[in-house]
Amino acid sequence: MKTTAKFEEVSHGSIWLIALRSSLLFIVICGIAYPLASTGLAQLIFPYQANGSMVKDSTGRTVGSELIGQSYTDPSFFQGRISSINYDAAGSGSNNYAPSNPELLKRVKESITQWEKENPEVPVSEVPIDLITNSGSGLDPHITPAAAEVQIPRISALRHIQEDQLKQLVEQNTEGRDLGVFGEKRVNVLKLNLALEELSSK
Amino acid sequence: MDILQICIVIAVLILLVKPVGSYIYHVFSNEANRTDKIFGPVEKLLYKIIGLKNRSSMSWKKYALSMIVTNIILVAVSYVILRLMGGLPVNPNQTGSMEPSLSFNTVISFMTNTNLQHYSGESGMSYFGQMIVITMMMFTSAASGLTVAIAFIRGITRGGGGLGNFFEDFVKAHTRLYLPLAFIVTLVLVGLQVPQTLEPTVTVNTLSGAVQHIAIGPVASLESIKHLGTNGGGFFGANSSHPFENPRPLTNVIEILSMWTISASLPYTFGRFAKNRKQGWIIFSAMMVLFAAFLCLTYFSEKSGNPLINQLGIGSSQGSMEGKEVRFGVAQSALFTTVTTAATTGSVNNMHDTLTPLGGLAALSEMMLNVVFGGKGVGLVNMLMYAILGVFICGLMVGRTPEFLGRKIESREMKLIAITILIHPLIILAPTAISFMTHLGTDALSNPGYHGLSQSLYEYTSSAANNGSGFEGLGDNTVFWNVSTGLVMLLGRYVSMIALLGVAGSLSRKRTVPETIGTFHTDTKLFAGILVGTVLLIGALTFLPVLVLGPIAEFLTM
Repeated sequence: MKTTAKFEEVSHGSIWLIALRSSLLFIVICGIAYPLASTGLAQLIFPYQANGSMVKDSTGRTVGSELIGQSYTDPSFFQGRISSINYDAAGSGSNNYAPSNPELLKRVKESITQWEKENPEVPVSEVPIDLITNSGSGLDPHITPAAAEVQIPRISALRHIQEDQLKQLVEQNTEGRDLGVFGEKRVNVLKLNLALEELSSK
Repeated sequence: MDILQICIVIAVLILLVKPVGSYIYHVFSNEANRTDKIFGPVEKLLYKIIGLKNRSSMSWKKYALSMIVTNIILVAVSYVILRLMGGLPVNPNQTGSMEPSLSFNTVISFMTNTNLQHYSGESGMSYFGQMIVITMMMFTSAASGLTVAIAFIRGITRGGGGLGNFFEDFVKAHTRLYLPLAFIVTLVLVGLQVPQTLEPTVTVNTLSGAVQHIAIGPVASLESIKHLGTNGGGFFGANSSHPFENPRPLTNVIEILSMWTISASLPYTFGRFAKNRKQGWIIFSAMMVLFAAFLCLTYFSEKSGNPLINQLGIGSSQGSMEGKEVRFGVAQSALFTTVTTAATTGSVNNMHDTLTPLGGLAALSEMMLNVVFGGKGVGLVNMLMYAILGVFICGLMVGRTPEFLGRKIESREMKLIAITILIHPLIILAPTAISFMTHLGTDALSNPGYHGLSQSLYEYTSSAANNGSGFEGLGDNTVFWNVSTGLVMLLGRYVSMIALLGVAGSLSRKRTVPETIGTFHTDTKLFAGILVGTVLLIGALTFLPVLVLGPIAEFLTM
């Protein structure tokens, strides 16, 4: 057959050589040129986003990234989600508890007890589940608007700020769904607490 | 709103199938077309650099050899880089080199498009490694997979025995598909706040005065090709649930469509090659039916939540939120999970270990069937293999020699297909069983009871399907797990690729038989039904027992 004869033009030896040269070529293009060109262009067009979306407080001090959650030991701050890594952003992840894992149940029960102690005026049945579960990344910067609202009575009492003012603050810091439809409504805890600090210092 | 946003994403995907599928057809049909003007001169230069003088069509053996040799060289270079990484440049965080068994696992994992990660990106990989090994392999492994799928399609739709020229296909997959798309998606992701920098880890004093170290790096350029190439390996340990990898619901949708579109368009590309677009749509709809079933199972299971937590009396209307991010909620998490295990990407935007039992069952099942869209190459090729099996079974029932696309299916093809069908459960179930016979395996389990079995099962299923997601509680960075999953990934990728290229080579040398009144048509709804039935029958027979021991038992005892 004529066609089969044509295949044999590429010898085994030349396959190794072409394979070697194309491997090296694409290591240079995909492994060096492409990421460096992307970095250069990203830094030029979107410097804020490309460097981690860092936020500053009212005094101009960088306090973190708006995308990365933080831990707040003081109960007079709005609290974020549970993080088994304690919001250490040098790593990421969670305990990976299976739904049937007794440790998970134990942790949730402890959270409920703690909630009852710190928030005597809000019954547990009103606490949204995101507030007592571990996020996937351990760095979730958000809580649901409902999870912010149930913390208002506690913060109002600790900071002596009217509940209505705090409600307004939560509303101002609630982000809608993307393009009005994708994802969930959410509150960025760091931005909310920055606004809270500003309100308290007035 | 949940159902609406899921339907919008699926609708956008369906709208993209025809244009993208046609584009891929034009890239690889090797007929002159408009895009040659833009890419032609660049490709000529690249052919010259790699020394490709004539681009003649290769026999299936030569095609497979070229692909494997290229992959071997890439693996060797990458292994050396990982072992020496600590002393190489672009390492602002002074990350150390990788130990041998983990390096072995990592290079196999990325070359086979699996992206199982037994290291954590923040501490285990320098920026140089992230770029020159991880990002590079995300391109080259996707291109290798895609070229094999294209060669397979050419083989079963065209005569003459040639499957095309591997090196030409490999170059074109980069220049006309992955590189331009990845560049665009990277910039869009950066615009939506995914970082892209070579600066080291940032240290800040938080609002409450504590010190926080924030790992950062060239994330966006990896993130784009990670999904476009259905790779799935994360820059960070938490993968696409990390707010730097996936900061908003909109980036989540972009990542879903990035990993899904090319895979879902390949059946249409196949239809163009077969000069029978309806045949392409029939394959697509069979995949979509299976996908929709698994999506419903995942979504409703996650939405109804964890009964053990719900009965404690908290406000549980959101569903199961353990291991999920607030910005995605259950809808965007369930959709991502179903797509990532269908398209064998393996990136995760929620922790699969924390999925409810039936949600985890859906993820496992998609990887076990390995035909629902699938990654570059693998999914469509496996589905076509089931199509051939389907006509074979139908042929036996009516006593005719089975035909597919006008070519007789005979014992040589069926033997190769039988190998492919049997190897997949073998390399999942045998290692899972072995892992329970030694403390080297059982020590790694982090969850007690039935879920522990699911953890080991998921790890090998994910390796065999070249998916790469995990029930990540598993303590898998040990020599036992690194070597065993490494071998499973190798077998899972190359045995079926070589066998199926053999099928394509054999079919392409056959004379087409004229259509008669007795010909069984494969472009009908009936055949779509037979195809789904064959897939479920074979899958159910093989995997149901182990699923009963794992996720189903967990579900029933909760």
